[in-house]
Amino acid sequence: MPKGPRPAASPLISLHGAGVQFGTSTALRGITLHIMRGDSIALVGANGAGKTTLLRLLNGLLPASTGQRQMHAQPVPVAGVARHPVTAMLFQRPFLLHCSVRRNLWLALWLARVPAAERSTRLRDALQRVGLQALADRPARSLSGGQQQRLALARAWAVQPDILFLDEPTASLDPSAKREVETLIETFGRAGMALVMSTHNLGQAKRLAQRVLHLDAGRLVTDLPAHDFFNRSDLPPETTQFLKGELPWN
Amino acid sequence: MHAAAYRGGVWLRQESQSVAERQFPAHETPLMNTFAESLSVALGLITHADAALWQIVTLSLRVSASACALGAAFGLLLGAWLAVARFSGHALVVGTLNTLLALPSVVVGLLVYLLLSRSGPLGSWGILFTPTAMVIAQSMLVVPLIAALARQLVVDALREGGDELQAMGAGPLLTALLLLAHARLAVLTVLLTAFGRAVAEVGAVMIVGGNIAGVTRVMTTAIALETSKGDLPLALALGLVLLGVVALVNLAMGLLQRGRAGAAPLAGGLAT
Repeated sequence: MPKGPRPAASPLISLHGAGVQFGTSTALRGITLHIMRGDSIALVGANGAGKTTLLRLLNGLLPASTGQRQMHAQPVPVAGVARHPVTAMLFQRPFLLHCSVRRNLWLALWLARVPAAERSTRLRDALQRVGLQALADRPARSLSGGQQQRLALARAWAVQPDILFLDEPTASLDPSAKREVETLIETFGRAGMALVMSTHNLGQAKRLAQRVLHLDAGRLVTDLPAHDFFNRSDLPPETTQFLKGELPWN
Repeated sequence: MHAAAYRGGVWLRQESQSVAERQFPAHETPLMNTFAESLSVALGLITHADAALWQIVTLSLRVSASACALGAAFGLLLGAWLAVARFSGHALVVGTLNTLLALPSVVVGLLVYLLLSRSGPLGSWGILFTPTAMVIAQSMLVVPLIAALARQLVVDALREGGDELQAMGAGPLLTALLLLAHARLAVLTVLLTAFGRAVAEVGAVMIVGGNIAGVTRVMTTAIALETSKGDLPLALALGLVLLGVVALVNLAMGLLQRGRAGAAPLAGGLAT
């Protein structure tokens, strides 16, 4: 993914001092964050740091217990109106219904309220994008792990989101499937989608992200461009410790 | 219709025409009180497709299948909704539903009887002692079963795919219904379980149906009646058919479960 300066535009989604509480335990606290169009963000942190919770909060799957989540209306040049950003999310293990690849894609388009007339074109385009045209009529659950993740990416591509959230998308894949999925994620970023991805793999964060966020015990301790995150020496002590612990494994 | 008298040291049948006598005519036959003889006549009734027997069997199947269809419409929707709904008193409703799994069929029969009897709130419908009343009673019996199992099915499936479906834009109820469609083989197993319960119950249909010959007499009520009258062959024949139906239901469930195992099952822990 080409790295460059962050585009100067209005944010797609913002968090203002947002926190999430599960009963008496605090999963996230005081997060202030802006996701810009074209951003490519890696969320890193130890297990239980709050990466998945932050993704779910950003995507609206969880309400903020404190603070605020704000979706910013985006201008639509042709129609001259504004609309909220469209989001999609990819999970570590994609959930596919017991039906064909084609039907799974069709369902995603139906749920995203894509007009019926557009569905066939988008479906064909998405299958072609991830190289699954030949498997369109196969039961989705009979696909390999890598193919299932590609189908999930096709589902995301088909709804043409402004932001794609990815929750450890390659964690359960073998190296070859991992490369395929990473290549597709890069393609999606080049097409203009903002990407927000949680990962334990710092090498992957280096390869795919322009911006790295480090979470520690539910707090956002570092938010830096990727180059600075991996090269600066004046990082917060929690981040320095995290990098010392993680880097030898990559 | 049937009667027995003790003469000369043996019980003798004096009734005008029992079902067994239509197959095996005799003016006065010793009461067949041994299992082997009764079984032999019972098998004869089945293999000769005795009209009275099959009339009872088809009515039973029709009533129970209709009750399950009606129960499925309410039960699946209720179960799906309870799996995703959050309101004060939710735990109480779920607890009550689970308690109703052990609802005695005679209690359901009594409730439906009170509702449909002439002085009851729905007495004007005039459907007491009709197959419709029996369908209503059996539906009430299977709705808690279907709803409780469907709820558990959706709760389990939500852990796997709930977030993803909601991230794609499905609301909570639509998510639950999609998960039920996804777990359709498990849902079929639930419905077969409900059918098994409906077809084998006796209390509710006896109370609201009245066990009227040719109108509301089903397998279980006929077995109870014929046994009390001493017409063991017919009771046994009906018992065998009932067992056969339940065995078929179990076979279908077994096949479905094997299918589910082959198709990456969703509903772990479903007690069926």
